[in-house]
Amino acid sequence: MSDVKNETATVSVMNQLPDASIVGQSPLFHADLATVAKKGPNTGGVSFKEEALLGHITLRMNADNAEQMSVVEKVLGVALPTQPLTSVSQGDVVVRWISPDEWLITVPGLQAFDIETAFQQNMSGHYQVVNVSGGQTLVTLSGKHAKDVIKKSSPIDLHPSEFPVGKVVTSVFAKSSAVIRRSGEETFELVIRRSFSDYLWLWIQDASREYGLVVEA
Amino acid sequence: MSQKNRLQSGGRIDRSKPLTFTYNGKQFEGFAGDTLASALLANGVDIIGRSFKYSRPRGIVAAGAEEPNAIMQLGATEATQVPNVRATQQELFSGLVSGSTNGWPNVEMDLMGLVGKIGGKMMPPGFYYKTFMYPQSMWETYEKVIRQAAGLGRSPKEYDPDIYDKMNQHCDVMVVGAGPAGLMAALAAARGGARVIIADEQNEFGGSLLSSKETVDGKAGSAWVASVTKELEANENVLVLPRSTVNGYHDHNFLTIHQRMTEHLADRAPNGQVRARYHRVRAKWVVLATGAHERPLVFANNDVPGVMVANAVSTYINRYGVVPGNELVLMTTNDNAYHTALDWHDAGRKVQAIVDTRKNPTGPLVDAARERGITVMAGSAVIDVQGSKRVSGVSVASISEDGSKVTSSAKKLSADTVASSGGWSPVVHLSCHTGSRPVWDDSAIGFVPGKTVQQQLTAGAINGHYTTADALSEGLQAGQDALEKLGLAKAEVALPESAQVSESKAMALYHIPHTKPTSQAPKQFVDYQNDVTAAGIELACREGFESIEHVKRYTAMGFGTDQGKLGNINGMAIAASALKQTIPDTGTTIFRPNYTPITFGAIVGRDCKELFDPERYSAMHKWHLEHGAKFEDVGQWKRPWYFPKAGESMQEALNRECLATRESVGILDASTLGKIDIQGKDAREFLGRVYSNAWAKLPVGKCRYGLMLKEDGMVFDDGVTSCLGENHFLMTTTTGGAAGVLTWLELYHQTEWPELEVYFTSVTDHWATMTISGPNSRKLLEELTDADVSKESFGFMDWKPMTVAGVPARVFRISFTGELSFEINVQANYGLHVWEKLFEHGAKYDLTPYGTETMHILRAEKGFIIAGQDTDGSVHPYDLGMGWAVSMNKPFSFIGKRGMKREDCVRADRKQLVGLKTVDPNIVLPEGAQGVFDPTAPIPMPMVGHVTSSYWSANLGRSIAMGFVKGGLEKMGEKVYYPLVDGRVVEAEICSPIFLDPKGERQNV
Amino acid sequence: MFLIYCPHCGEHREEEEFHNHGQAHIARPLDPDSCTDEEWGNYMFFRKNPKGLHHELWVHAAGCRKFFNVTRHTATYEIKEVYKIGEQPKVVE
Repeated sequence: MSDVKNETATVSVMNQLPDASIVGQSPLFHADLATVAKKGPNTGGVSFKEEALLGHITLRMNADNAEQMSVVEKVLGVALPTQPLTSVSQGDVVVRWISPDEWLITVPGLQAFDIETAFQQNMSGHYQVVNVSGGQTLVTLSGKHAKDVIKKSSPIDLHPSEFPVGKVVTSVFAKSSAVIRRSGEETFELVIRRSFSDYLWLWIQDASREYGLVVEA
Repeated sequence: MSQKNRLQSGGRIDRSKPLTFTYNGKQFEGFAGDTLASALLANGVDIIGRSFKYSRPRGIVAAGAEEPNAIMQLGATEATQVPNVRATQQELFSGLVSGSTNGWPNVEMDLMGLVGKIGGKMMPPGFYYKTFMYPQSMWETYEKVIRQAAGLGRSPKEYDPDIYDKMNQHCDVMVVGAGPAGLMAALAAARGGARVIIADEQNEFGGSLLSSKETVDGKAGSAWVASVTKELEANENVLVLPRSTVNGYHDHNFLTIHQRMTEHLADRAPNGQVRARYHRVRAKWVVLATGAHERPLVFANNDVPGVMVANAVSTYINRYGVVPGNELVLMTTNDNAYHTALDWHDAGRKVQAIVDTRKNPTGPLVDAARERGITVMAGSAVIDVQGSKRVSGVSVASISEDGSKVTSSAKKLSADTVASSGGWSPVVHLSCHTGSRPVWDDSAIGFVPGKTVQQQLTAGAINGHYTTADALSEGLQAGQDALEKLGLAKAEVALPESAQVSESKAMALYHIPHTKPTSQAPKQFVDYQNDVTAAGIELACREGFESIEHVKRYTAMGFGTDQGKLGNINGMAIAASALKQTIPDTGTTIFRPNYTPITFGAIVGRDCKELFDPERYSAMHKWHLEHGAKFEDVGQWKRPWYFPKAGESMQEALNRECLATRESVGILDASTLGKIDIQGKDAREFLGRVYSNAWAKLPVGKCRYGLMLKEDGMVFDDGVTSCLGENHFLMTTTTGGAAGVLTWLELYHQTEWPELEVYFTSVTDHWATMTISGPNSRKLLEELTDADVSKESFGFMDWKPMTVAGVPARVFRISFTGELSFEINVQANYGLHVWEKLFEHGAKYDLTPYGTETMHILRAEKGFIIAGQDTDGSVHPYDLGMGWAVSMNKPFSFIGKRGMKREDCVRADRKQLVGLKTVDPNIVLPEGAQGVFDPTAPIPMPMVGHVTSSYWSANLGRSIAMGFVKGGLEKMGEKVYYPLVDGRVVEAEICSPIFLDPKGERQNV
Repeated sequence: MFLIYCPHCGEHREEEEFHNHGQAHIARPLDPDSCTDEEWGNYMFFRKNPKGLHHELWVHAAGCRKFFNVTRHTATYEIKEVYKIGEQPKVVE
């Protein structure tokens, strides 16, 4: 329990994770993906995997502020992508452009608080860092027909000429929304909201049926 | 029954694959490659339905989407019923079950036909308007009879077992139609490197080339089609979609395609396949290569089965190996239709005559007919048809050069088939969908696409250029043009050769004269599906209808499921003639989506049953399910409504939950409340502008309730906002208002006050929120935390970070029940853990889970409002008696302040929210009931406000309610009456809405 | 279904990602309290309904969540330009 409460702190930052004896339940824990994965099948046109319990951090700031930009690079080890709809990654850290003044950073779950703290200790001026790890989860769709599943769900053009590896969009996904990033020729990462995740899991199973869905645990 | 009209050879059917099917309960046989229509014609089935108004027997007249008569009901089982299927577009499969749609009791012996016979003069246009208008009360009775008689097909009474889905597509060039023009356009665009989609409604590509004996590049048309199709299919940037109707062309080059994936295979989609897919296409450029429909001529008794469109006859012969009769009379205004007589003759059947409306037809096609010994009767027309269930003969007479008058006596010819051609009508439907008006082209004798704002190109017959050579060259040009517009280089594509048969000038003729005036001549049908006649259109014009749109609506011309594809141009020509003006002056009606009918299943896609609408769950949802919660929909959230124990009624469960909370401790899953993390040095200032109360001095560690107003001063949301740090706030909103409030904040920040340094981020899903409420809630919390939560160090409206059940939490001492309450927020991944720990420790306090209904009752006992239930966008804070939540002295004129000062907002007799105590404590007022001050006043009584919230309060042992009453805040103790629909009048006393603990002591213990 | 260029994302997106917020350039009076009822009424309630060019406020609701302006022809539905908040339209009648 460490609330940053030095004299200059104007925001409340809290390590939100309990000790390791308490296991978290990711948004898709209802689906019991481990059991589904064991049942198979092992081959199919689409593979699905939840990268559960990652650290998700929303960063809001002004990309024109050079000082803040250098703090970001120092904290994350990678420069913030300022080109719309792009992403950068460095090891386990992925930074997605969301809006001209908003980025979504995903890191291993245990690093979220350290990064939050590092921002608060090093950055000055107007910005916002919010831990949103409990509110969303990251799933990957991969395989030959991953793009077809997304075409049934989102109006985004996925042709490689329009959607190269590394591109990020936030868009409609079925009757919910998703942050979609192409992480490989046939691999897409979707960041989806917790409360919609059961619905989207149903939807994705349904949309994948004709191609054969492989669940990876 | 043998296929008596089937040729021994020829056509694109597979005679080695016979298929049996059922039509109106009888078994027939056809072949793979047949349509239902071609198979019925092969079997000599003449009558496929009865007409809509006059109940006349009708046969197949066309071979494609334009067919007006052969509208079938399909389906072997109740669940697989499909109405409105054109037999000409339905591919035959083994076991297909079909039936005619019209005809009561059956098509062969139709009672309604009697009405048709006597009703000739009795059923003019507007008949239904004129006849069934009065008395109005009888309409429902009339409608039932009319509907049965009309036979509009029927929808299934059971769930459709098949699935349909949707797919979003993007392309550079969308080519509509895969005839010679479309194929060339697609070929050029694809070779030039564009991303292409080409769709055609038929099972195979080729369009007109499949219906004729024409050659392309020295080989059979179908061979050329096959080679082009193969190249397109092999290109990974081309999506080839047969059996796919481009049904709609919408703004900004958005098109919808209905792809039938299994409807040609079986009654039900095999192996759970998708039955139909709806493609939503965004195209940079569109090439319309939709071709043309042949236009029949309008003449007396032109609806007798056996009267067909000329090109359809050729299609049946050349594509399906079916000659739909023995003795043909062809009536034509042009050379092109001579092909039909040649095809008929070459199939070994008799052509009685070619009746050409032109004085002196010449040219190679005319010569070819004469060479075969076919009689050509020039300057003549078929003015009447004999026969009732099938054509038995025709009357032919000479006509004047302009085609307006009969100039000789009629000569009778025997015939069982009449083919007619009045030229071609370009298929301009799609170009009309985006609002473009077609324009008349004299040389094409038809309407062609007009000016458009879409990125649209056209090629081939749609332009009124009807030859294959034109189609090929215009298709190539359109493909190259598209490439140029896209900034791509021209493609290497050679123009294929095709025989250019010269044709002499066609005659512009639509309506064949009769010896009698139109009004007295036998019926001359314009629109088969809606039984609109030439006489009817003339009558409409005589009755004063001058606009073609009005004539259309009055006569119902073009209102059928065929959208008047065959008849509209003829109808306009007849109206133009009646109005003594030209066709371009008369104008044309336009078309809307969909081009052909589409099943609801395809429109719905997968958005049905459990996927119909997202169900949003909290992190504790699994627990709720396991503990028997009944759920309530709040927006898309599934919130526990109440938790009945075995055998408990809802009211019993609510009573138990309410008492347990007030007497010991209850727990609510409040995760669904909207939560917005707000940071920035101007956050406090921003809050002061969007809330009606003051925020300048709220210290860190404190929480405050706020009302949010629209500019008009009306309440639209409320919630508690907490100061987490000097520049850091956590705002909560109502469950339903979460998204709207965030957008509202962004709207004002981005458009009005961008200078304020503040950021907003939604954390609704991030925090799991559980509220423990009741006198024992502190004891329970103390068991799970080391923090000091005593009254002294953790006061009402404070918040504190602490660890609860091992999980870091923010705990807020706020209360919506009026009891001592703690709202525990933890990262949602740990919500279920903390929830379960609370129950482990809460058993000794009888920790009772409650849902939204008990929450509503408990807050109503305290007079707390629910935004959206006790407000409706027409009440300001003072109407709610919540002036305490308005700070008129803030320096900035907050949103809603000026609005509340409007004259109407300061009236004394505004409806105001008050408590309502029924005089009989056992009566629970219905929510929504309207109150009156004088229940004896004459009806309509002046209404003074409605009940917004009403419950049975187990704690108080009586009913309680809140509601609006005019000037209610000044009427404490007075009576208001609620006349109910069952005749009772409930008397209630106006009182304070705070029914319990008015001093608010319970929450401060 | 419109295809709308989001000036913040820098590409065209489908209409279903956007919401329309009515007429653009309706500035909140700087001092509402000194507005007459008529001035306030005009701000609150009165909007243009032209057949022709219309300047509209849209938000990329399912995308970057930024507001921006669109000049649209209300009869043909052509979008003539998009421009950011604070900017003025170039296409005017």
